[in-house]
Amino acid sequence: MSLMSLGLVRGLIGQALGTLAGLFLVTLIRVLAGMDPIWAEEPAWVTGAVLGVIGFLIGVGALTDWAKWTVGIPTPLHHGPPVGKPAWVRYFSVDYNHKVIGIQYGVTGLLMLMIGGAFAVIFRTELSRTGLQFLSADTYNTLLSMHGWAALMAILLGIGGMANYLVPLMLGAEDMAFPRLNAFAYWLNVPSIVLLMTSLFFGWDGGWTVYPPLSVIGSVGYQFVFYSIFTLGLSSVLGSLNLIATILRMRPPGMTLFRMPIFCWAILATSMIQLTATQLIGLAFLMVSFERLLGMGFFDFEKGGTPILFQHLFWFYSHPAVYIFVLPGLGIISEILPVFARKPLFGYRWIALSSLAIALVGFLVWGHHMFTSGYAEYLRVPFMLATLLVAVPTGVKFFSWLGTIWGGRLTFPTPMLFVLGAISVFLIGGLSGPILATVASDLHLHDSYFVVGHFHATIFGGFTFPFFAAIYYWYPKITGRMYNEAMGKLHFWIMTPAFWMMSIGQMSVGVMGMRRRIADYDPALGVEFGHILVTIAGFAIAFSILIMIYNLLHSAEVGKVAGANPWRSRSPEWQIPSPVPEHSFAAPIAVVGEPYDYGLPNSTYIRMAGAAGDD
Amino acid sequence: MSAATAHAVAAAHAGHHGDHHAPAVDNYKEQLRNNRLGLWLFFISETFLFGGLLAVRFFLWGDHRPELDQFIGLLVTSVLLLSSFTMNLAEKGMEHGDMKTFSRGLLATAVLGTIFLLGVLVFEWGLFPAIYQGHLTPWDNVYGAVVFAMTGMHALHVLSGIVFIFIVWRLGRQGHYTPQRHWGVEACAIYWHFVDLVWIFFYPALYLIGTPVH
Repeated sequence: MSLMSLGLVRGLIGQALGTLAGLFLVTLIRVLAGMDPIWAEEPAWVTGAVLGVIGFLIGVGALTDWAKWTVGIPTPLHHGPPVGKPAWVRYFSVDYNHKVIGIQYGVTGLLMLMIGGAFAVIFRTELSRTGLQFLSADTYNTLLSMHGWAALMAILLGIGGMANYLVPLMLGAEDMAFPRLNAFAYWLNVPSIVLLMTSLFFGWDGGWTVYPPLSVIGSVGYQFVFYSIFTLGLSSVLGSLNLIATILRMRPPGMTLFRMPIFCWAILATSMIQLTATQLIGLAFLMVSFERLLGMGFFDFEKGGTPILFQHLFWFYSHPAVYIFVLPGLGIISEILPVFARKPLFGYRWIALSSLAIALVGFLVWGHHMFTSGYAEYLRVPFMLATLLVAVPTGVKFFSWLGTIWGGRLTFPTPMLFVLGAISVFLIGGLSGPILATVASDLHLHDSYFVVGHFHATIFGGFTFPFFAAIYYWYPKITGRMYNEAMGKLHFWIMTPAFWMMSIGQMSVGVMGMRRRIADYDPALGVEFGHILVTIAGFAIAFSILIMIYNLLHSAEVGKVAGANPWRSRSPEWQIPSPVPEHSFAAPIAVVGEPYDYGLPNSTYIRMAGAAGDD
Repeated sequence: MSAATAHAVAAAHAGHHGDHHAPAVDNYKEQLRNNRLGLWLFFISETFLFGGLLAVRFFLWGDHRPELDQFIGLLVTSVLLLSSFTMNLAEKGMEHGDMKTFSRGLLATAVLGTIFLLGVLVFEWGLFPAIYQGHLTPWDNVYGAVVFAMTGMHALHVLSGIVFIFIVWRLGRQGHYTPQRHWGVEACAIYWHFVDLVWIFFYPALYLIGTPVH
């Protein structure tokens, strides 16, 4: 088997060739048009970046079927591993099975999580002492900015992994509504990652928010970031379109919207934001890119523009994006909690609708990032009130979880520990939110480390902890084997206290005057000890994640065989063998009861055709 | 080919080659309903893109607008509106098995779309100074920048629509569609109407609303 039979390798070669073609094309045009100088960095690299992405997609084969359709060649869906090649090859090539795509998303997400985390650990080490030790200010800024986007990519990929793997299984569906679009949406992420990593070599220092004017005058590295995120955004739009269509159209008989596994509600709400708001960050980044390329003055005062416009467009996506990141995780919490409490989920409808409410209110709050930006002052209070409103549906979720735990017969395997850890961490993030939403306190805390502490708590509580819970929980379903429980618990008991220390430490140095996004600070602030604690905590978290990675790899070979339903769950995906066969459900399923009636006698959720009686 | 076309073509053809487990007829109907939903979700997404551009226009221009060639504006708008009519003719032709109307309707739509594009590129953009000296540039001020951004993003969609039309036209002539099964034609038509609809919002925002500056 040659290396070229891997779609990934062909894609990367395609991206390299596409990039070269772009550089060559622009230079050729400039030669022919007699422009001076012949080499123009901006247009050459931008054309290279765009053609590179297209080159990747052609090379990997994500466009092959559609290209055939345009000339009328039918392309039946192929099921199963590629013929005449080892089975693992399909994970590195275009494959239309949602379970393969889910794993591709998830593994890529974990990889980006480690890369993004590595950036953080590096610049975190620099911060543990005042003065500059081993990084220059520019390198520090680049690493910090890279950490932001690498971690956000990791989150979007992780969500894609959970959604693609789980949603069709939970609906008892054969696959997603549009399997080819699903694969296409995944493979957009890889050239996007390549572009982001390329930007590292040019250096860029705007933080993940890339505000103009800095991002207009900075290095060409910004252009790579813009097109990387644009590609990522396209993936988000197409992926969420597919998920909404799947959830609305592919449910089995009897599964009304309010009888879906609750995770599907979370994904529905998240996808509604992704489908729409993502366009605005794409537009914002295109506009900065063209301001750099052609001098279009959208954000330039001298030409009648204003940088505040960028902030509006950027946050119209990037605030709801936070709810994109946390809603699936909150769904995971609601999904797993009743299984280990052996009790019905408390207030199913309230949880379902609170996800929608968070998604909708999320569109009205973007201005709370701009209290200090200099926009019209009358906008402040409405944005503050709308933001505080978010606490209501979030509170509904909290009390539903408490109601579910209350009086339950709890057991504490690793997934349950991570769910409880998630609730505790999200509580820290949630309680620090209203302080920032309130104009008076935000004017003081804006751009301080308090903000860093707040959003790391919301993201770890809303995404990272639930994501890890999901990995441990569905690991036996994916691999057919059990993870190592002792190592799982070790991971949890290192990561959770370390995270509390990190997040609370970040908030306290912020209150004491530590600004975010600076490489150095005044020793007179008295925050050095706090920074040392935060750095130690950061290393501990990184170490604990390495334990998990080892556990996942090791247990896939030596873990004990898990069986179909080790957690005694009622959800459809646990009623079929582990690992899930190529065609997930041997027979269609029908829903005959409520999803979370754990502990109620004679209650049935689903019936599989051909199976007699209740399970 | 833009992502918009790629997706629409994808949705257009998924119906023919869906899952082979279920009986073919049921499967086509099911997939058709998926495709329709998918396409409309795509429009919802695109609405936010064009809505964003409109927001930019009102944020930066307020109640002012640049001096644009009103005759050209009215002309290209009429041409584009007319093209929705010919597109509808083509679709109805396919529904009734009238290949001649289908074929001519699509070609007329493509020609009208091309006239619209040329009108924008030659006259509003002044891309060919030999024919027409444009009076706006993208780089001078925010008026030119927004005109180029809005018309540019829209023109990109018109262009992908024309590509889409040619693909559907060729497939239609090769006999890939029947009066009962022509999701590709339907998708192409709806996409064209959507792009047309966007212009109905863009035209007044660019040409009519506000007092002219200069």
